[in-house]
Amino acid sequence: MRTRTWGFVAVGLLVALLLAGVVSNYASSQPDGLDSALLKGCTVDPEGEITGGSCPAQQEKAHEVGGPLADYGVAGIDNDFLSTALSGVLGVLLTFAVGGGAFWLLRRRDPAGSGDAGEAARDDRQPAGTAG
Amino acid sequence: MHISNGIINGPVAGVFAALALAALTFCVLRGRRDLDDRLAPMAGLVAAFIFAVQMLNFPIFTAGVSGHLLGGALAALLVGPWVGALCVAVVLVVQALVFGDGGVAMLGLNITNMALLGTAAAYLLIAGLLRVLPRTPIGLSVTAFVSALVSVVAASQGFVFEYWLGGTTDLGGNLAGLAGTMAGAHLLIGVGEGLITATTVATVAKVRPDLVYALRALKPAAPAPVPAVGGVR
Repeated sequence: MRTRTWGFVAVGLLVALLLAGVVSNYASSQPDGLDSALLKGCTVDPEGEITGGSCPAQQEKAHEVGGPLADYGVAGIDNDFLSTALSGVLGVLLTFAVGGGAFWLLRRRDPAGSGDAGEAARDDRQPAGTAG
Repeated sequence: MHISNGIINGPVAGVFAALALAALTFCVLRGRRDLDDRLAPMAGLVAAFIFAVQMLNFPIFTAGVSGHLLGGALAALLVGPWVGALCVAVVLVVQALVFGDGGVAMLGLNITNMALLGTAAAYLLIAGLLRVLPRTPIGLSVTAFVSALVSVVAASQGFVFEYWLGGTTDLGGNLAGLAGTMAGAHLLIGVGEGLITATTVATVAKVRPDLVYALRALKPAAPAPVPAVGGVR
């Protein structure tokens, strides 16, 4: 059972890597719903910079961290496609490592529990070589 | 829908950071009951998948505006409300700390809107709809679509509430204008969220119905003569 779940997770992760690594390059670069609502009252040039007027977005301040992957690109890589792709792949792997790792550490391990915990405990008692 | 630094003032951001931390702690305590050997890797995948799809901004057919998946409804359907909220929160933390998306000081606000409000609104609807709708692929897809759409609008109004409390620009009493603009844009973004959520959940339910938390946890209201979407494992 657990092997099948890990198989599903591996396939799902591959899909996520393709979405973040390839499809992400075709994403819209227009401001999202919130950003555009905050730009109301301002005029904006094609690069997204505010050129005039008065709007809430003008209060925006710099990000605290920034870092080499800021704004979904890799600092130092000039090719836009490659830069976005690499940052997406790294982000998916990092999120899976952080999230998956934390959830794995937090999971229930009481053998008295119902359902899968009990099942897992029974699996563990099987002699080596006969499991699966 | 990530709030950047400077948009909401420091004290309000601080209060929401404390609120979000308390709520996430509660989610950890309740979520541990759900987290077993099967759900833990699935939750890691859900977080990674939401990160990926959040990169995919789609146009919403009004000039110059895009939107992206928030993921609260998707997470609630696949891994339950408590672990689901934690999945979205993990994504938001990674985005703020590593990708410069959403201010670190604004993290409590962003977690409140997208991870807590979005997931809570979604799961309340999921719990209601899955009990009354037929346990068919269509019933599940409709549940996913509606709960996802409403969760996005709910999250957008969470921001309006926060802006009312601590917005850094005086809107001159025109908060209703901001609320309307946000609701309108996010109704359209919600349609995209609904389509992505319904497609993803229907696909998982077809391949591995046992991995859809909502189908395991929520029993139909009446003794249903119709078998569950994918049958039993």
